[in-house]
Amino acid sequence: MTRYFYDKRMREIFWQAALLVGLAGTIILIVRNASQNMVNAGMASGFDFLWRTSGIDVSFVLTNYTPDANILALLWVGVANTLVITFVAAIAATLLGFVIGIARLSPNKLLAGLAGAYIEFVRNIPLLFFVLFWYFGVIAALPGPRQSIGFFAVAFLNNRGLTIPVPTDGTAFRIAALVVLAGFIAQAAIAVWAKRRRDATGLIFPVWASGLALFLALPALAFGIAAALSSWDVPALRGFNYRGGFVLVPEFVALFAALATYTAGFIAEIVRGGIQSVVKGQWEAAYALGLRPNRALSLIVVPQAMRVMIPPLTSQYLNVLKNSSFGAAIAFPELVSVFVGSALTNTGQAIEIIAITLAIYLALGLAVSGFMNWYNARTRLVTR
Amino acid sequence: MTAASTLGTRPVRASLLRRMKADYFATPLNAVVSLLCIAAIAAIAVPILRWALIDAHFAGTTRAECTGSGACWVFVKARFGQFMYGFYPPAERWRVNLAAILMIATTVLSFWPGLPRRALAVPLVWAGFLVAAAWLLAGGAGLTRVETRQWGGLMLTVFLSVYAGALAVPLGILLALGRQSELPVIRLVSTIFIEFWRGVPIITVIFLASLLLPLVMPAGWDIDRLVRALVGLAFVIAAYMAEAVRGGLQAIPKGQAEAASAQGLGYWQTTGLVVLPQALRISMPAMTNEFIALVKNTSLVSIVSIFDLLGIAQASLADPAWVGMNMEAYAFAGTVYWFICFGLSRWSRRLETARGTTH
Repeated sequence: MTRYFYDKRMREIFWQAALLVGLAGTIILIVRNASQNMVNAGMASGFDFLWRTSGIDVSFVLTNYTPDANILALLWVGVANTLVITFVAAIAATLLGFVIGIARLSPNKLLAGLAGAYIEFVRNIPLLFFVLFWYFGVIAALPGPRQSIGFFAVAFLNNRGLTIPVPTDGTAFRIAALVVLAGFIAQAAIAVWAKRRRDATGLIFPVWASGLALFLALPALAFGIAAALSSWDVPALRGFNYRGGFVLVPEFVALFAALATYTAGFIAEIVRGGIQSVVKGQWEAAYALGLRPNRALSLIVVPQAMRVMIPPLTSQYLNVLKNSSFGAAIAFPELVSVFVGSALTNTGQAIEIIAITLAIYLALGLAVSGFMNWYNARTRLVTR
Repeated sequence: MTAASTLGTRPVRASLLRRMKADYFATPLNAVVSLLCIAAIAAIAVPILRWALIDAHFAGTTRAECTGSGACWVFVKARFGQFMYGFYPPAERWRVNLAAILMIATTVLSFWPGLPRRALAVPLVWAGFLVAAAWLLAGGAGLTRVETRQWGGLMLTVFLSVYAGALAVPLGILLALGRQSELPVIRLVSTIFIEFWRGVPIITVIFLASLLLPLVMPAGWDIDRLVRALVGLAFVIAAYMAEAVRGGLQAIPKGQAEAASAQGLGYWQTTGLVVLPQALRISMPAMTNEFIALVKNTSLVSIVSIFDLLGIAQASLADPAWVGMNMEAYAFAGTVYWFICFGLSRWSRRLETARGTTH
């Protein structure tokens, strides 16, 4: 008997079995309590509620949802709004973060100090503070529609949100988006082909030039042509408010501003760290091998800085996705707000609604971190 | 330099000027950047200074005292007790103060180098403090009971941070060890637990805790609203803490654990006496950063109507006697958060540099 007690394998099996039994017991207990409590409280269960008419009015809709649609359609409104705010805020935060991160490393101490002050300011205050501040402090204090702040006489910012022009027919833009997507795929193919050719023959293809053309010039051209061909619904002041165009509600503007400025502080630190992580000796060694400055930058420095920067950057993007739920605090209709907020109040089915919400965030997050792990594995330093 | 030093006191000014010229105005581009920065600083700082100090009102007790365009700090003065203690009865506020003093004493004690048997003493001292402070704040056993409904303001922010942190650190260490374990079932369970809580927004976790925890308890059991939010926060932070600890565990060479086993130490002895003390020292800055994130995230409890510092500042804006005090309330709450988090991050940086010199 003691032989088994001191046997390492036996002990390992015992502890793992104990953990499993404990977990199973807890889960059974939870399910039993929950079903008991739900019967006692007369609560409904199941997912039938998704097909019920929602009757909920949403202030910011990008799908063809109306209050007559079912709750499933309401869920998609929330998911779409979450994805849109995440996407635009992540892009703005990246641009702002790179500018501030590079400014932080400027030889000009004034500029570096200013960037440092910005970083220390936003990183040490809760995001909820910024969300509330932008919403109740800034947007609410903007002038009314008649005294709007105009941008080139096509977009207008006032305390009812940002009114932007929209094309009356989206066909030209859809074609442009397809062209841009084709350009991205072509660039990926060129990069793979160029690397293979370089490995085989040593010939260098200017991948960055085709990248510049396909990533910046082609989209600019495609969308420029689409914009010129489309007819526009430009907002105009009629009486006390703007008519026409598309209104980005104040909640959207406030959440976007808060997410972008807050995340930019974190991205700036990542950029600074990434650039600083490449030691001076790498530049010197590259020069000693006879590489010109631009080759040293693109072949030696940028790949190493990116290796350091990409994992934390991706986790910042995951944070933007999760932090978009702060919209619930100002009733921006993103996933948590419309589903865990409005739909739960209407149906009372807390378990199902929270489970669906968590599952959606986990699925979106897994997609991003799966990509991150793949990229990380591909660019990782290979040691013994 | 030698030529300048013969000219007496003037060269000091000249060299300062020259240094400024070299630093900020060396090239035309540098000069433009410097001028733009000075303009930006002036454009930001001057209005803020005017609003917060020069044109601000400090004296008085009512809204009527604030006439000009500056900040009305009278409002913060009138609300100060609420911002600090929420609706905690004024006659009992000494208990909060005493708990705060105890907290500072416990922190100092646990970093005192002369503490005997650190690994055992630090958790014990903290456990003692947590029990004593919980009793002081909630009451019972000789003290008047104060419902958690009445707690609020900065006191609640600190309470949630400290107690969620105290739950999250041991749980996080266990999870990190579990994720590094050689036993597949334990590794899998730990990994799923960590990735689940890290993958979902904290707001949804707070909703989950406050809506579903009462549902999964046996009928008739009731959990305090604040405790629900606390448990939710603690689980999420534990998952993040686990990743911070894992960083430290991975930095310890395998030879350390192998050497300890070769001495005849078992798993818990190897972990507790050899691996963890080294790993935790490396993880300390990362864990402090997670704690800073926790302090900031406690503000989310206001979504389930628990009024921490930010929540109570927001709620105070609804007072009809003090209309339009948004900026004052936000400025005060933001400044308090900033000093707490900035102080903690400076401290974590000091830990990092201290580590850099000892190794």
